[in-house]
Amino acid sequence: MNRRKIIEENIFKFLSGFATYSLIAILAFIIIIIFVKGFNSLSLDMVIKTPKGGYYYGGEGGVLNAIIGSLDIAFGATFIAILIGMPAALYINVHLIRYKRIQNTIRYLLDALWGIPSIVYGAFGFTLMLFFGMNASLIAGIITIALLITPIVVRTFDEVLSTIPIGLYEATLALGSTKTETAFKIMFKQGFSGFITAVLLAFGRGIGDAASVLFTAGYTDLIPLYLNEPAATLPLAIFFQLGSPIPEVRERAFAAAAILTIIILIISLTARYLSKRYSKSNLK
Amino acid sequence: MYLQNSETMTKQAPDITLKPKVTSIVKINNLNVHVGQHHILKNINLEITKNKITVLLGPSGCGKTTLLKCLNKLTDLYTELRVSGKIFIEEDDILNTQKNVPVIRQKMGLLSQLPYPLPISIYKNVAYGIKLKGVRDKKLIEYNVEKYLREVGLWNEVKDRLHNSPTSLSIGQQQRLCLARGLAVKPRIILADEPTSSLDPISSKIIENLFRKLKKNYTIILVTHVLRQAVRLADNVVFMYYGEIIEQGHSKDLFKNPKTEKLREYMLEGN
Ligand SMILES: Nc1ncnc2c1ncn2[C@@H]1O[C@H](COP(=O)(O)OP(=O)(O)O)[C@@H](O)[C@H]1O
Ligand SMILES: [Mg+2]
Repeated sequence: MNRRKIIEENIFKFLSGFATYSLIAILAFIIIIIFVKGFNSLSLDMVIKTPKGGYYYGGEGGVLNAIIGSLDIAFGATFIAILIGMPAALYINVHLIRYKRIQNTIRYLLDALWGIPSIVYGAFGFTLMLFFGMNASLIAGIITIALLITPIVVRTFDEVLSTIPIGLYEATLALGSTKTETAFKIMFKQGFSGFITAVLLAFGRGIGDAASVLFTAGYTDLIPLYLNEPAATLPLAIFFQLGSPIPEVRERAFAAAAILTIIILIISLTARYLSKRYSKSNLK
Repeated sequence: MYLQNSETMTKQAPDITLKPKVTSIVKINNLNVHVGQHHILKNINLEITKNKITVLLGPSGCGKTTLLKCLNKLTDLYTELRVSGKIFIEEDDILNTQKNVPVIRQKMGLLSQLPYPLPISIYKNVAYGIKLKGVRDKKLIEYNVEKYLREVGLWNEVKDRLHNSPTSLSIGQQQRLCLARGLAVKPRIILADEPTSSLDPISSKIIENLFRKLKKNYTIILVTHVLRQAVRLADNVVFMYYGEIIEQGHSKDLFKNPKTEKLREYMLEGN
């Protein structure tokens, strides 16, 4: 009996350890491939220059246009998604606390929205654009990505908020807080780590998505200066270059992928750092 | 122990009995609470005397917590609870009033079974309620934070780490912080729902002693299922059983001559 337990324990430990480490190994493998394949093309030019004539045939230039375009779109969309998603998640958990059925319906709908493929958001954004008589532009890309990632912000933040014990709500309300004070002064802080996770997840999804910006943001070799100008994005830059018959250009696709990876890494580390600082400043 | 306690209570007893009219701060008339078919509170009629400790005593599941939650309208959080009847708090019928709920709730400070400190610093936990009351003057807030932390005997223990998270405190200290936080809102009544059940004996004793001191300025309604705590603290006792009030009266009379079989049984098992 006892021996069986020990064997059981060892088998399970091995299996779960294997699952964990293979996940890390795969991730490491992907990153290594990207960096190895892109290494030769990874140069300063890549990040400080826009594509010059003949860039897509191996000529001079870089993907600064796509870097700027991607950052503009991802930050813009994340900003909008926070603006809508943060109060929405708090509302679901504080104001709707009595109404379990409504809560669950909303959660179900948001999960469905989360599951819709991004090309569908792209098509929807495109339809909207036509309706308003707009061209492919930075703003159309921002709005489309915002639609794509808002459900992610709401549901991820909501998932953490929903684990807050009801005793904390009761204590906060018993002090004479209104529901809105309870939401923004207490529950937001209690669920803050979940909020950061939600924002990072949304940002990562937003900056990495190609399908939804394909028709809505368009593509250009220029750096967009106004919201109504088209904008290039890194995922599309990767896509176009990867399709090239010229090996050097395909290499640049991997370099662009490496740049995208580094951007996401920097953003998430900064966000984690800032959130720690914020949590500390909360105590002051 | 039992006898000792009832002796100390005799000193206070005439106080209540000689007054022609007892000043009550809470009056409950025909309060009923249902969940579906389940009748949780049955026809509750009760008056709570000012500046006394009223103990709601009874076995788990008899409706003590629900009764407390009716008083500060936390029952609003649960759609499934249907509350009917009248509850007057200082002459306000709180179940049928236009007054806004936060104002009603601020007449009562809540202490629950587990301490739930707010996710902000120790200092801000106490300042929170003061600010909710509209006080903006920093000096005044500082003065009051210290005053209420002193009132619960926590000041010396936390004065060097006011800006730390309350999670760094022991459970007993957290419970006292929650008490200070509640007092800072200037309530008239303290609702305490088994406030010592998660605490060690020493922390429990501290809380009990605080209650003895606080009843000079506050009316305390204490929920407990611990008979001995009721004996130690109660001025008045309300004995509940399956959603009903079975017996109520002055602590010393009630425990000396329990009128009902149920209470007699409860006292036997409790000792
Ligand atoms: N929200 C609720 N939904 C369903 N049943 C409840 C709810 N709140 C309380 N009850 C029931 O009411 C009874 C009394 O509960 P409670 O007031 O917590 O008792 P006590 O505090 O005396 O232990 C219990 O049987 C409990 O299951
Ligand atoms: Mg209870």
